[in-house]
Amino acid sequence: MAKVETEVQTVKGVGKHKKEFLLPLLKQMVLIRRFEEKAAQMYGLRKIGGFCHLYNGQEAVAVGAIGSLDLEKDYVLTAYRDHGHALAVGMEPRAVMAELYGKITGCSRGKGGSMHMFSAEKHFLGGNGIVGAQIPMATGVAFAQMYWGKVMNQKETGVTLCFFGDGAIHQGAFHESLNLASVLDLPAIYIVENNQFGMGTAVKRVSAVEDFAVKAAGFDMPGITLDGMNVIAVHDGLKAAAEQAKKDKTPILVDIKTYRYKGHSMSDPAKYRTRDELEAYQKQDPILILRAVMGEAKMLDDDEYKKIDDEAKEVVQDAVDFAESSDQPALETMYEDIYV
Amino acid sequence: MAELSIREALNQALDEEMARDERVLILGEEVGEYNGAYKVTRGLLDKYGMPRVLDTPIAELGFTGMAVGAATVGLRPVVEWMTFNFALLALDQVINNAAKMRHMSGGQLNVPIVFRGPNGPAEYLSSQHSQALQSLFVHIPGLKVASYATPYDAKGILKSAIRDDNPVVLIESEMAYSWTGEVPEEEYTIPLGKADVKREGAEITLITYSKPVRMVLEAAAELEKLGVDAEVIDLRSLRPLDEETIYASVRKTNRAVVIDESWPVASFGSHVAWLISHNCFDVLDAQVELVSSEDVPMPYNHAMELAVQPSVEKIVAAAKRVLYMD
Repeated sequence: MAKVETEVQTVKGVGKHKKEFLLPLLKQMVLIRRFEEKAAQMYGLRKIGGFCHLYNGQEAVAVGAIGSLDLEKDYVLTAYRDHGHALAVGMEPRAVMAELYGKITGCSRGKGGSMHMFSAEKHFLGGNGIVGAQIPMATGVAFAQMYWGKVMNQKETGVTLCFFGDGAIHQGAFHESLNLASVLDLPAIYIVENNQFGMGTAVKRVSAVEDFAVKAAGFDMPGITLDGMNVIAVHDGLKAAAEQAKKDKTPILVDIKTYRYKGHSMSDPAKYRTRDELEAYQKQDPILILRAVMGEAKMLDDDEYKKIDDEAKEVVQDAVDFAESSDQPALETMYEDIYV
Repeated sequence: MAELSIREALNQALDEEMARDERVLILGEEVGEYNGAYKVTRGLLDKYGMPRVLDTPIAELGFTGMAVGAATVGLRPVVEWMTFNFALLALDQVINNAAKMRHMSGGQLNVPIVFRGPNGPAEYLSSQHSQALQSLFVHIPGLKVASYATPYDAKGILKSAIRDDNPVVLIESEMAYSWTGEVPEEEYTIPLGKADVKREGAEITLITYSKPVRMVLEAAAELEKLGVDAEVIDLRSLRPLDEETIYASVRKTNRAVVIDESWPVASFGSHVAWLISHNCFDVLDAQVELVSSEDVPMPYNHAMELAVQPSVEKIVAAAKRVLYMD
């Protein structure tokens, strides 16, 4: 039986990492934080409409996990809280912001919006708006990776990261997919971004278990649990998981404990939790933690951090300017992008 | 020309396409070791092995979605649903993912996939196993939907569907798998989106597709005995729909009956009847008639289940109403 660990793995200090490695992780997290703050502001100004699910608080999960990949070969799929993943795979902030604005210059030509960011080039296949619906699809991408190797004799065909929230874990799609992945020995890594609320419903109210790694046992695959407020822990955990998935030809389930600062979407004031709880988590903020440990290791001072933050604000402002000045899609483009 | 059954013609199409393109695979319940619940995939596991012929767990949502994901990165899966009734469990993956990926990604992604299996009533199976569900699929922009009622059409359309870069749903019929007909030895394909005039006639147009084609041809023979020269159109493709072939025929005959196994409410058949009423209004000499299933779930009792479905008698009666022969 594969090994299942529910003890939260974390990393003290900077671990074995050097500044050159950690700085890009910090920059990406700060960029996502500033991007989401600006998205909220523009939503308030009605420049962005519809559902808008923000990633504040969860940055370490996408940045750490995706930072462990080789996106020449590996693939990423996620749910509708996808701005952070889009930026973490390296999509242009301009294309992501323009998509939020519904402009023709958006990554999905104004047809996807907040929930449907895509980049075929960066191997980022969405941005899925139905809870759990990306899980069978991600299993299929991992199936293709197995098939390319077995049938088409390709070498080193990579792994697929499938992100989903704790709300998705009760969908049949999750259970059907993990069973298929195990039976077929697929290189799929299933990541529960366990932010402890499925919309407004606390995990413990709807789930028989709170540590989701235990579910791996039922599919005879390894399960691990990571500290999602620590980007180094997420990175190192996923790096090891990806290597194991490839070497042992096995899917892996990863429960990453995290927390979202904002409501489920822009329309949610999040009255189902206390201010104390939110503040307690904000003290373990993933950006603060990395900044602190890098500071202790003499890798970062306040001036350098301020420079990083200012740069992020500039990039985000540039993305907003780009989205503002971009054209609306011509109405007749509604008939495009349906059939090949 | 060889005389083949629809089952054998489909098997040939799968075999030829798998031999031609190693990205083509087939997956579903019992498609491998069991050789297919209806033996359409007979011999393919022995020839191509795993994972090109893949037996799946009974998890329609999971394996359908897995195939959609594999198609999104370039494989060309053929998903066999043991019946369309079970495909209801997979609808989220078909409607929300297969049909929408290209759109939601602004044209970045394609989903070259085929979903196929028996649809519509067979015999003695009651309501959960006797449903003509094509209208659910035809309703969805982003999907193509086609059907066949002869071995020749079955082979040519399945081959085109596998080569198509869009998701294609193919409607088959358990009762029709054993129907035989001539299939050429040499390679051919039939383009999606083209109807076929199965019988030429001048006085009334009978429009149908899938299993009812044979029944409609029998009805046309009955009408001939009554001195009526009926044209029979097999639509073959439901989406895209070959509207021109329909209108050209109705402009010639001035009369139309649509025959569709679906229930009548908000069905594909009712849509086609509306299209004719709308686009051929000036040339119609009578109302457009629709012969559909009765608007009830299918009973088990055989006399009742036959009475629920379209029949030669119902088609002839509808034609007579349109011809003012009553």
